[in-house]
Amino acid sequence: MLDKELRSMIGQVKDGRMDRRAFIKRMAAVGLTAPLANQILALGGVAMAEGASTYKPTKRGGGGALKLLWWQGPTLLNPHFATGTKDQDGSRLFYEPLACWDPDGNMKLVLAAEIPSIQNGLLAADGKSVTWKLKPGVKWHDGKPFTADDVVFNWEYAKDPATSAITIGVHRDIVVEKIDDLTVRLNFPKPTPFWAEAFVGAPNCIIPKHLFADYKGAKSREAPNNLAPVGTGPYKFVEFKPGDLVRGVLNPDYHMPNRPYFDTLEMKGGGDAVSAARAVIQTGEYDFGYNIQVEDDVLLRLEKGGKGKAIYAVGGDTEFIALNSTDPNTEVDGERSSIKTKHPLFSDPAVRKALSLLVDRESVKKAIYGRAGRTTANFLNGPEKFVSKNTSWEFSIEKASKILDDAGWKPGADGIREKDGKKLKLLYQTSINGPRQKTQAIVKQACQKAGIEVELKSVVATVFFSSDVGNPDTYPKFYADMQMFQIPMSQPDPSQHMRRYISANVATKENKWQGQNFPRYVNKEYDQTIEAAEGEMDPVKRASLYIKANDLLIRDTVFIPVQHRLKVEAAANNLRCIISGWANETDNLFDWYREE
Amino acid sequence: MSQYVLRRLLIAVPSLLGISLVLFVVLALAPGDPFSELTTNPNVPPEVAASLRAKFGLDDPIYLRYLHWLSAMLHGDWGFSFVSRMDVDQLILQRLPATLYVIGSAQLLALLIAIPVGVYAATKPYSLFDQVANTLAFVGFSLPTFFTGILFILIFSITLDWLPFVYTTDIKATGIRWVLEMIRQAIMPVAVLGLFQAASMTRFVRSAMLDVIRLDYVTTARAKGLGQAKVIVKHVMRNAMIPVVTLIALQMPAVFGGAIVTEQIFRIPGIGSLLISSILSNDTPVVMAVTFVFACLVVLFNLIADVLYGWLDPRISFR
Repeated sequence: MLDKELRSMIGQVKDGRMDRRAFIKRMAAVGLTAPLANQILALGGVAMAEGASTYKPTKRGGGGALKLLWWQGPTLLNPHFATGTKDQDGSRLFYEPLACWDPDGNMKLVLAAEIPSIQNGLLAADGKSVTWKLKPGVKWHDGKPFTADDVVFNWEYAKDPATSAITIGVHRDIVVEKIDDLTVRLNFPKPTPFWAEAFVGAPNCIIPKHLFADYKGAKSREAPNNLAPVGTGPYKFVEFKPGDLVRGVLNPDYHMPNRPYFDTLEMKGGGDAVSAARAVIQTGEYDFGYNIQVEDDVLLRLEKGGKGKAIYAVGGDTEFIALNSTDPNTEVDGERSSIKTKHPLFSDPAVRKALSLLVDRESVKKAIYGRAGRTTANFLNGPEKFVSKNTSWEFSIEKASKILDDAGWKPGADGIREKDGKKLKLLYQTSINGPRQKTQAIVKQACQKAGIEVELKSVVATVFFSSDVGNPDTYPKFYADMQMFQIPMSQPDPSQHMRRYISANVATKENKWQGQNFPRYVNKEYDQTIEAAEGEMDPVKRASLYIKANDLLIRDTVFIPVQHRLKVEAAANNLRCIISGWANETDNLFDWYREE
Repeated sequence: MSQYVLRRLLIAVPSLLGISLVLFVVLALAPGDPFSELTTNPNVPPEVAASLRAKFGLDDPIYLRYLHWLSAMLHGDWGFSFVSRMDVDQLILQRLPATLYVIGSAQLLALLIAIPVGVYAATKPYSLFDQVANTLAFVGFSLPTFFTGILFILIFSITLDWLPFVYTTDIKATGIRWVLEMIRQAIMPVAVLGLFQAASMTRFVRSAMLDVIRLDYVTTARAKGLGQAKVIVKHVMRNAMIPVVTLIALQMPAVFGGAIVTEQIFRIPGIGSLLISSILSNDTPVVMAVTFVFACLVVLFNLIADVLYGWLDPRISFR
């Protein structure tokens, strides 16, 4: 879309000649919607839409008990130490951020009074600062008032390296200043197109200054309130047993009218996904179960019981196969998959191209992911406006064979193709996980038919995903030709997600394999595109740059996207739960209720 | 006697030291990283995981880490969980009641079934009762608990809807209703574990009884004109119980150690589920504490078994 056209459209929205919904529809038509379509409007001078609320109850409480089943229960309740989403989910029951994301990626206000926009003067036109107005009259569960000091304190707390907060990455480069008791300003070192990160969403909840001020820095782990949260949320903390149980009770002083609906809250941990699905969908012992990674067949069978159903939320998680750019079988200076080597087979683009034709995404969807997956040709699958329309995918053994034939890879006596004495034999690894092993089998079968021998390897997830320098089987080491997994996209913006694959981030022995570019992709054009996108304040140009980055990854077959995965949850039929693919399950908990 | 106990306790010290050293080294060398989840999160810079590792002393050499752990343990400090960021002893104490209740009841159930059935079967070998008991015992210990557990859930929770299959620690009731609820939710896990234990124990009791029942002194006792009940209980059982006591004593630590599979199936927040989740998340201090406590209990109950021998059979003297 032309820049001018967009500007005029934004102008129309501003003047009221075009309504917001029509604008978003137009954007969707060219591949631009979801959270960031709204941020485009915000930067274009029109306020971001506030997420619509579907909350119906007209009085606080009276909803009885809400029973949540988290098959991996939270193990700690301080959002700044939340090692996994389960801990963020648990913390979010009691703590709150300034704003959160609704299912459409619109911003919903929680502790903030107003959504920043250029129009209301809260968002700087150069994207270098954003001002948040806080809701007046909000009280912590212990009765103390919530003020700008708390927000500033959270920044100081998290950015201190001695605190070892997980949230340090969000906070260390910004400066947060208090304007008055109910106003804070976040200053960014450079234009920041995606400004809704710090203090937004479940990972960035705010903890009270008066209880944590003495435990900033090295003493952080001694804070008694790490395990006994005092927040501002709809439910007050009652009891916590790590890994087993979190209990809460209605907060009578909650700052949102008529909320919360439920009188008590229980989050039970432990067990496995299948039996969690059973307890929610089949027997109805629980109202909601998170992250139900269960085969679709099983879910469909359980749903016949009629007490609950599986629900889905669309985010940006992509299951992919990464191809190694370096040689995993040659050791250079004690390092395999060294950036000084070239992969003997994948340096031929024909081999990469053929492989991407051999991944039968439709069968993977049908046989494995079912309703929880979508086929895709892209590495970047959300938010909508960043999704490329220039790519396509296809499954064809004939075409793959032809490409290999044309490139000179001829079948040998054993049926395996070879060229210049190099055989097409590949090692394909992934973590141990039912759907992944099945996908491996599907890919292997197709490869065999095309004359490529694939050896499968599965590594225990705790090893595969560890940063253990001493272990050869981790994904950053990538001592294989191909590997498959997914990297969750935790916010409605692609910047962090795409930045990983610039040349400067290549995983090497030197950086102890902490470089995030595990496929060891090196492409100047990609580096420049990412750099340009990060400095680009014009939302449309920025989106087009990320689309270009995605197209480069696909053109060079750095990744073969296997499936765009959706979040799967189990919920009782009468529970009205709001789940966003861009937020934690409990992020919109204040709007949950039960239909009588 | 007291000297014997003291000596045994002293011998236990080096063996416990050895056990702890082996456990520690194995855990330290095992693959995995407690902060692995961080490395896949693009929001978290790699330095965070590195600084956490440094903070929890994971980068020190193994022998230093072992000495730290040992001196802390001697001071009663069981360590600090990486994952929950709380003291390990607190974490274990939270889990202990559920484990003691469920696994303890299961052991009790097993004993209550195994001893009478085993004894009675041995007094009438190859009778119909013996055949049935034997067959059932065979079936019982051939079926793994994960199978019977799921079978019970399917039958009693899903088809019949009689019993809950998620164990909760916060039952919203008081007085007698609370007690009833506690019993109701424990029926399935206790039955699954208890029947499994009872099956093997029955066979054991039976064979121990059969070994003794043929001995001459039993014939003598009968020849004296003693009644069957007296012969069995006073003469046969007391002697036959010696190996059974060993078996039971060695199983006692399991009461504290929990039952990993069963706890996982029924979501019982016991030591077993704590252990498995800690292993999965590489929370070494917790794994270390749980396994070490387990080792201590094994050593302790061995000693108790030895002392009990002396009481059951005065011929065994303490030297």
